[in-house]
Amino acid sequence: MSNYLLSRIGQAAIVLLLAFAASFLLLQALPGDAILIKYQNPEMGLTPEQIAEIRVLYGADAPIWVQFGNTVWNFVQGSFGYSVQAGVPVRDLIAVNLPATLRLSSLGLVAAIALALLVAFAATLAPLRWLRSLIASAPSLLAALPVFWIGIVLIQIFSFRLRLVPVINPNEFQQLVLPVATLAIPIAAPLAQVFIRSLDEIEAQPFIAVVRAKGASRAWILFRHMLRNAILPVLTIAGVLFGDLLAGAVVTETVFGLNGLGRVTEQAVSNQDTAVLQAIVVLAALGFVFVNLLVDLAAPLIDPRLNRKIGAAA
Amino acid sequence: MTVTTLARDSAEVLADRILDIEDLSIAYRESGQARRVVHGVSFSVAAGEVVALVGESGSGKTTTAQAVIGLLAENGEVEAGSIRIGGVEVSSWNDRRFNAIRGKVVSLIPQDPGASLNPVMTVGKQVGEVFRLAGQRGEAHIRELVISLFERVGLSDPALRYDQYPHELSGGMKQRVLIASAIALRPRLIIADEPTSALDVTVQRRILDLIDDLRRETGTAVLLVTHDLGVVADRADRVIVLRHGRIQETGKTTDVLEKPTSDYTRQLLADAPALAESAYREAPSATDPVLSVENLIKDFALGRGQSFRAVDDVSFSVSAGTTHAIVGESGSGKTTTIRTLVGFETPTGGEVRVLGQAIDKLRPDALRQLRKTIQLVHQNPFSSLDPLMSVEKIIEEPLLNFERLSGAERHVRVRETLDRVGLHADLLQRRPRALSGGQRQRVAIARALVLEPRILVLDEAVSALDVTVQAQILRLLVDLQERLGLAYVFVTHDLAVVRQIAHRVTVMQAGKAVETGAVRDVFDNPVSPYTRDLIAAIPGGKRSPFTRPRRRR
Repeated sequence: MSNYLLSRIGQAAIVLLLAFAASFLLLQALPGDAILIKYQNPEMGLTPEQIAEIRVLYGADAPIWVQFGNTVWNFVQGSFGYSVQAGVPVRDLIAVNLPATLRLSSLGLVAAIALALLVAFAATLAPLRWLRSLIASAPSLLAALPVFWIGIVLIQIFSFRLRLVPVINPNEFQQLVLPVATLAIPIAAPLAQVFIRSLDEIEAQPFIAVVRAKGASRAWILFRHMLRNAILPVLTIAGVLFGDLLAGAVVTETVFGLNGLGRVTEQAVSNQDTAVLQAIVVLAALGFVFVNLLVDLAAPLIDPRLNRKIGAAA
Repeated sequence: MTVTTLARDSAEVLADRILDIEDLSIAYRESGQARRVVHGVSFSVAAGEVVALVGESGSGKTTTAQAVIGLLAENGEVEAGSIRIGGVEVSSWNDRRFNAIRGKVVSLIPQDPGASLNPVMTVGKQVGEVFRLAGQRGEAHIRELVISLFERVGLSDPALRYDQYPHELSGGMKQRVLIASAIALRPRLIIADEPTSALDVTVQRRILDLIDDLRRETGTAVLLVTHDLGVVADRADRVIVLRHGRIQETGKTTDVLEKPTSDYTRQLLADAPALAESAYREAPSATDPVLSVENLIKDFALGRGQSFRAVDDVSFSVSAGTTHAIVGESGSGKTTTIRTLVGFETPTGGEVRVLGQAIDKLRPDALRQLRKTIQLVHQNPFSSLDPLMSVEKIIEEPLLNFERLSGAERHVRVRETLDRVGLHADLLQRRPRALSGGQRQRVAIARALVLEPRILVLDEAVSALDVTVQAQILRLLVDLQERLGLAYVFVTHDLAVVRQIAHRVTVMQAGKAVETGAVRDVFDNPVSPYTRDLIAAIPGGKRSPFTRPRRRR
């Protein structure tokens, strides 16, 4: 087990380095950079010589591989550099904005899972056949909707038409409820799709007929037998959807005008604020790797067959 | 026939009847159409009696049994007739009402123990569930009940088993667990749906013995659903022969088996390998072997430097025009042996020679060319054919891989081969879904034959088929062998089939060849105790030509 863990952590380190290198190269490949965008502004009236001096100051004049090495080394030491645009250390920028985004995305994830479970249970337990298939087809529709559109429609309906959630001076709950819903719906939809499908497959297994022959009710069968069997694919997909959660947070924060890493990302992209973007990419990759490691570690706890060391041959 | 049975049944004391089915018709609804699969079936089961429902797939035997415990598929419906359990009409009951008697009055022993237990729940919990559903409470109390049940069904170390998961148990042990939950509440009727079809013969015998014992002890009646007349001959008091959802014949087991009145029953009896009288096949005069296996060893690495020896020093050779059978139970190494023969596994030690060439010395391309000489037919024709390809494409594919032929030439070869396996050219454009099991296996054989190989390796090639179809495929194989001089390596767990088709046989146990020789010698004078066990375990002992006093010789 510890061997397994070590090799997984090694893999994680490689994934992080690759994500870092890829984002570094992509950002370098773009024409222009944050320094030019900020200081070449005619309003500043800086001469090309002065700009060159600033570039030396930021270390932007060194060859690309030296810059890469420096950045990696700084990252390893926990220093993410300075935001050119905001003029503050990237670490402070992240420290200030991370909690809000964490809160939004974790609430979004919880809401998504709750919603997915609710839909899947309804699709399995609903009394009539046509009702079950109607419920089961809902997630496909929701999965097709883009995040920003959901956000705008929710604001339209709940804030402007129904006036349930005020746009001006909302309290904390009111401020979060629509963004969380916006974030949760597109995540919940594929989760529910996978879960319903997985439940259907399990329901067709012979062992379910055996449980029915013992005199168990539908609910008993669902909660005591199908749930644990069906949850594993859902967990795997949830790990993959973590990426969507991050992307969703960027859009949601922008649509709802919330402060957080999403907004920081959006501004850093428009200003080519390389140091900030680099840090966010690594942070996202770290979260992604960590979540998927958790999923893999949880799998054998759910399905004891995965504990088996050796697969029998033939 | 039905009338006479009814007359006799009505003479029995009514209160004694556990199950009473009268004029039962069941249909499945498919896209708005009702397709009737059970037509006016009537029979009854008395307390302590074993009644067998026999028939081939599609005979309606499982549907009938499912209706008794209210487990028809969602689109299934009792159209007419009645099902009375202990005198109470249940055919119109919904799921919730049925739950009141399931497990308590009627219980089920399912077909495939491998898939019939929840893989993520301990077996102790799964049996304990029966008591919980019956309203019993108390973790420790239920645990005690379950452990004593485990003891009752002959599970070793019952306390240890309680906390194990299904994948940690063998097939036979899983079936014992399932039997434990079926008898937990001492129901009056147990429906045993092909309870041993998925098990090895020696395990099969022990499980059927167990069901017999428990029945005698508790007076529970058993409705035994099976396709195996051998099992019926050994175990059932009365038998009901079904075909296409209609009763062909009913009566006391001995009467039906010895003096069958319907043609269909006679056909079934003639086709059942365990019951059929057939002479040993005489081997053609010996020629040079086309395939020889010498001291074959195959190890699988288990990690941490450990390894598992799946095949341990196995030797045999096969001449053109003869059949060599490999028999053994699951885990005996027979599948690994043939995977090595066709080059899917490389031997750890020893040698496999095909037409004199040692196959492990061959380069990949030469090994590929070897497949023109030696071809494999898989066990399950339901999964070995690509569902999206037409029959023509399936049979044609090996030609595309190996021969440079024009489209017209390929078409001719495919038609010839199809004709050879006894299929009509009308089927060429069909997809596997539209074929019966027997037709599918013929297509699989045609696919193997189209390259005109010298050797066919048949991996349990008839195990998944009904007896009548099985008999047809075996006849086809014998016929092809005589016409084309093919050598067969025939892997099976069924000794009765070996007797019908093979000239020589290797009996494998735990990777070792415990006995190799001419089929006649091995059957008449088995040397190893294991072979004797296997022969004794062939169901149908009372009537079987193997154990009956010999009339000749």
